[in-house]
Amino acid sequence: MEERITFEEALKRLEEIVEALESEELPLEKALEMFEEGIRMSRICSEILRKAELKVEELVKESDGTIRFVPFRPFEEEE
Amino acid sequence: MRLIYTVSQLTKALKEIITSIGEVWVEGEVSNFRQPYTGHVYFTLKDEGSQIQCVIFKPLSLKMSFLPKDGMKVLVHGKLTVYEKGGYYEIRVDRVIPYGLGELQMALEALKRKLAAEGLFDAAHKKPLPKFPRKIGVVTSATGAAIRDIIRVISRRFPHVHILLHPVTVQGENAAKEIAEAIDTLNRIGDIDLLIVGRGGGSIEDLWAFNEEIVARSIFRSRIPVISAVGHEIDYTIADLVADVRAPTPSAAAEIAVPNAESLKEQINHLTARLIRTMRMRLEVEKERLEKLAAKVSPERGLDMVREMQQRVDVCYMRLTDLMRVRVEREKGRVNGLTLRLRGVSPLRAIRERWAELNELAGRLRSAASAIISLRRAELQKLAARLDALSPLAVLKRGYALCTDLKGRPVTRPDQVEVGDEVLVRFHEGGLRCLVTGKSDGGEDNV
Repeated sequence: MEERITFEEALKRLEEIVEALESEELPLEKALEMFEEGIRMSRICSEILRKAELKVEELVKESDGTIRFVPFRPFEEEE
Repeated sequence: MRLIYTVSQLTKALKEIITSIGEVWVEGEVSNFRQPYTGHVYFTLKDEGSQIQCVIFKPLSLKMSFLPKDGMKVLVHGKLTVYEKGGYYEIRVDRVIPYGLGELQMALEALKRKLAAEGLFDAAHKKPLPKFPRKIGVVTSATGAAIRDIIRVISRRFPHVHILLHPVTVQGENAAKEIAEAIDTLNRIGDIDLLIVGRGGGSIEDLWAFNEEIVARSIFRSRIPVISAVGHEIDYTIADLVADVRAPTPSAAAEIAVPNAESLKEQINHLTARLIRTMRMRLEVEKERLEKLAAKVSPERGLDMVREMQQRVDVCYMRLTDLMRVRVEREKGRVNGLTLRLRGVSPLRAIRERWAELNELAGRLRSAASAIISLRRAELQKLAARLDALSPLAVLKRGYALCTDLKGRPVTRPDQVEVGDEVLVRFHEGGLRCLVTGKSDGGEDNV
């Protein structure tokens, strides 16, 4: 499931964990658990940012109205 | 003649009649244009048959993006009034539009008023943009500069999104219809977070599609937030007014659309450092607590607690290294300049270092505790040795014997027994049952 977590969610969770660990005295067990989770969230965020993959597609409408997506290759300067 | 006016009275009376006409749009050719040091602008508007004086007062004259010149055909808007001192009527102009665009512009003004009245421009309808869009729909020409600019900016700032171009004609007859339909189509696709609708710069006629009602309505209808990006700095198109956010150019729209990956990386590094620092401080506190406890409670229990703690830290550390190994495996063979550079700024290096520190800390914690424990143990052994030395069994070992009555009470003086009584004599190993045959109060043994 965790693979599906979005960047936004992971970043938000990381922020919450840091806040919680800094502001309250949690039982050690719980604190270690949260620390571990925080490291995991940090890893997820960094991994997403590390994977530079810009995908650019173009929508193509067939004559029968169906829609297809094809990789977009910008043409040379024309305008 | 029932009434004789003074000149001023007549002028005043005429002024009332003329100002009651109110606002007018007038078309004509500009002549005698002058702008004296006062900043006001004066000119005459004329056609083949007549002419009328026009004035644009400061500060309006300074704010206008377009000022006429002699010989220009223009459309002006303003209020009819009378300049009493000069005794002539004039138009106090508040808008000047180049001729030819006149009609279009008037239609545009009318449409703007209509849509504004319907609330299409209201701030209440503006949707917030997603912070981290994942899929961005772009409605523009496939061959224009706009799409290239958008791709360029996004690949520099935040190359982690999916851009879906819906190509359209951005000028000419079908443009507005195509743009409006494209917005509707992209809304039906379902997983798009954000739309950029626009084109690069052009003349006001080139941008006309973005002033049409069907485009305005499709933007307003869009469930997905829309950034308008019509490359025209001066005048807002209607699309700009309806859009949730207006960008002056397609590049600017791309800047607004995505966050900056570099500053996000910094933010994550910062958060991770705080996380690790907090945990380290916490472990320091726990260490002190454990040391105090270990000193107070029994040494073995203290050691157990330290071990348990160390084990937990070890488990965490191992999980982390496992995670990092998985990542490294995954990344193997994908070595290009970019990943190398990114790895250089990765927070994982810092994490690894912190973990090493953490582990070392835990090691120190363990040795500190075991030092206390061995000290206690040595003390205990010393005590046990002393106790041992005092034990009666040890005395017997050296050849002494213990004398008791039959009930086991020690007999230490002769008057505790009578002649004829039985006593027990215990040696280091075994004992005797003896009959008392005589007594003495010291000196030789004659028992």
